[in-house]
Amino acid sequence: MSFSPIDFPVKVDLNACIADKGCTVCIDACPLDVLVIDPTTGKAGMKYDECWYCLPCEKDCPTQAIRVDIPYLLR
Amino acid sequence: MQTINNEDLVLTSEEIETDVLVIGGGTAGPMAAIKAKQQDPSLRVLLLEKANVKRSGAISMGMDGLNNAVIPGYATPEQYVKEITVANDGIVNQKTLFAYAENSYAMIEELDSWGVKFEKDENGDYAVKKVHHMGTYVLPMPEGHDIKKVLYRKLKQTRVNVTNRLVATRVLIADDGRVAGALAFDCRSGVYTVIRAKAVILCTGAASRLGLPASGYLFGTYENPTNAGDGYSMAYHAGAELSGIECFQINPLIKDYNGPACAYVTGPMGGYTANAQGERFIESDYWSGQMMQEFHQELAGGKGPVFLKVDHLAEETISNIETILHSNERPSRGRFHQGRGTDYRADMIEMHISEIGLCSGHSASGVWVNEHAETTVPGLYAAGDLACVPHNYMLGAFVYGRLAGESAASYCANNELAVVDTKQVEAERQRIFAPLARKHGLSPTQVEYKLRRLVNDYLQPPKVARRMEIGLVRFEEIRADLQQMVASNPHELMRAAEVGFILDCAEMAAKASLFRTESRWGLYHARQDYSERNDAEWAVHVQVQKDQSGDMSVFKRALEPYIVEPDDVEKAVYQQIRIQPKGAVVSSGVSHEL
Repeated sequence: MSFSPIDFPVKVDLNACIADKGCTVCIDACPLDVLVIDPTTGKAGMKYDECWYCLPCEKDCPTQAIRVDIPYLLR
Repeated sequence: MQTINNEDLVLTSEEIETDVLVIGGGTAGPMAAIKAKQQDPSLRVLLLEKANVKRSGAISMGMDGLNNAVIPGYATPEQYVKEITVANDGIVNQKTLFAYAENSYAMIEELDSWGVKFEKDENGDYAVKKVHHMGTYVLPMPEGHDIKKVLYRKLKQTRVNVTNRLVATRVLIADDGRVAGALAFDCRSGVYTVIRAKAVILCTGAASRLGLPASGYLFGTYENPTNAGDGYSMAYHAGAELSGIECFQINPLIKDYNGPACAYVTGPMGGYTANAQGERFIESDYWSGQMMQEFHQELAGGKGPVFLKVDHLAEETISNIETILHSNERPSRGRFHQGRGTDYRADMIEMHISEIGLCSGHSASGVWVNEHAETTVPGLYAAGDLACVPHNYMLGAFVYGRLAGESAASYCANNELAVVDTKQVEAERQRIFAPLARKHGLSPTQVEYKLRRLVNDYLQPPKVARRMEIGLVRFEEIRADLQQMVASNPHELMRAAEVGFILDCAEMAAKASLFRTESRWGLYHARQDYSERNDAEWAVHVQVQKDQSGDMSVFKRALEPYIVEPDDVEKAVYQQIRIQPKGAVVSSGVSHEL
């Protein structure tokens, strides 16, 4: 699975993300279940453009690797 | 990603057995589970959540205040019941309102003892504010962002079993009409799950994805979009009565962002809803259909857009407002404003009228419950935004969660597990998993988009019969389209199942709205073809229920006699929301004697 080049609201800093070390905090927190581990990088990423811009993923991330932007259609 | 073989999935299933099954782990659900377990610790209590209990539901990022706190010294249960009776234009079962109001204060104290933070004054008393027309019921929670953490800790302490990422799709009903459990599937593994239970409590929240937001973004809704109307659909197919579906939820929101402008937070600090000239045009910012009607009128009268105005306030006050609003409930609003260069100090905040939804927490649409949170199906309970207890908000969800948990625990003491009907289990398996087996067809996202666009076209008030009749024809065409949806994985299967929930809600919304041939609740049920309120014929509840032949029936249910009768002045208060020109004779309100 490769990730879309289209701009999604949830941005993950691949250097800070520790999903490859077993962390799934953001993936667990998302109410819409749109985050998964990208098998090519082992890092978290947004697979489905179904974001409520609610922020638990960003707030709960232990390494502050996530930034949620307001979806383009609402910006 | 692990590869899932779709054909294998259709055949695998798991069975879970419990005493009490709570579906939905947001606000009411955790409370229901905790209270069922506390009442009878020997019971097996399972809390099933579609997302993850730690961060699910309407309060995933906390809440900035209680909108309906009935606190001694500020309000009595009688005053509150009268206020909501008139706010909901008389269509209430006062017994259910009393059950909330009388347990409201005890629930605040209990939540306080668990560690939920409420605003207090220098003496340690609750700092209650006035927002409603008559009474004083708003208790701010400037540090309310941790409420889910508090609930989660309590769930663990009470030893409630929790399961996440299970999407419940139907309630199981036994031959004798009792609840036998529920059917669900895992939105990651796709495993089909049969849950046997003596009692089921539905706490699945609002139907947020009914209308399409003006932005066109499917998930840009006011309520948490995880709540697609699942419980409304499940209760309907279980044969339960639903009530007040025609009393839509329509909110005054921040345009495009579609989140609350939070006049309840800013109001006590001096903020207010204003027209384009910056003038106040409504007496109170408390959300009601009548208030939304005035909002609609202001736009129609050329004085729009409508704004939230705080730019006249002191820097200290504005900073305080920002701190509260940007850390609670919908904290991303800060970056939304930043992106557009909107500063509360210099700019008014543009608002708009939202798309429609169903939510008894704000208006009145819900599963019919009595004062014990019992639905009309034995063993089935409902609480929270889903249960028809008008204007119940978060604290009402907690109180009815408690009542539902306690009622379900008592029911379990006298009832054994009902026999599971394997025909229901297999029929639902076929229905739910069909999109995975199809090789070609329609995208659930597109079917949802079209359905919700049709909801806007045909159901957004003001309503008129011919539009809604055409809408029903279009909805039937969408029902045929459900049989053509394809899904390539369990996540898409969840979205496909949700389209079915949304469609059931749309059909109920149209039929209940057509049935009530009068106007009531301001904009929520403004009929252009029956523009007057008609108490002689319509001082009744409108119920929706699946009848014996499987068709949707709509009928009247008489009002229970009032326990407290609002006087004539009180009755008129919510009919007179618009600010009158100076010197005019005002026909309502406490100062009407001129």
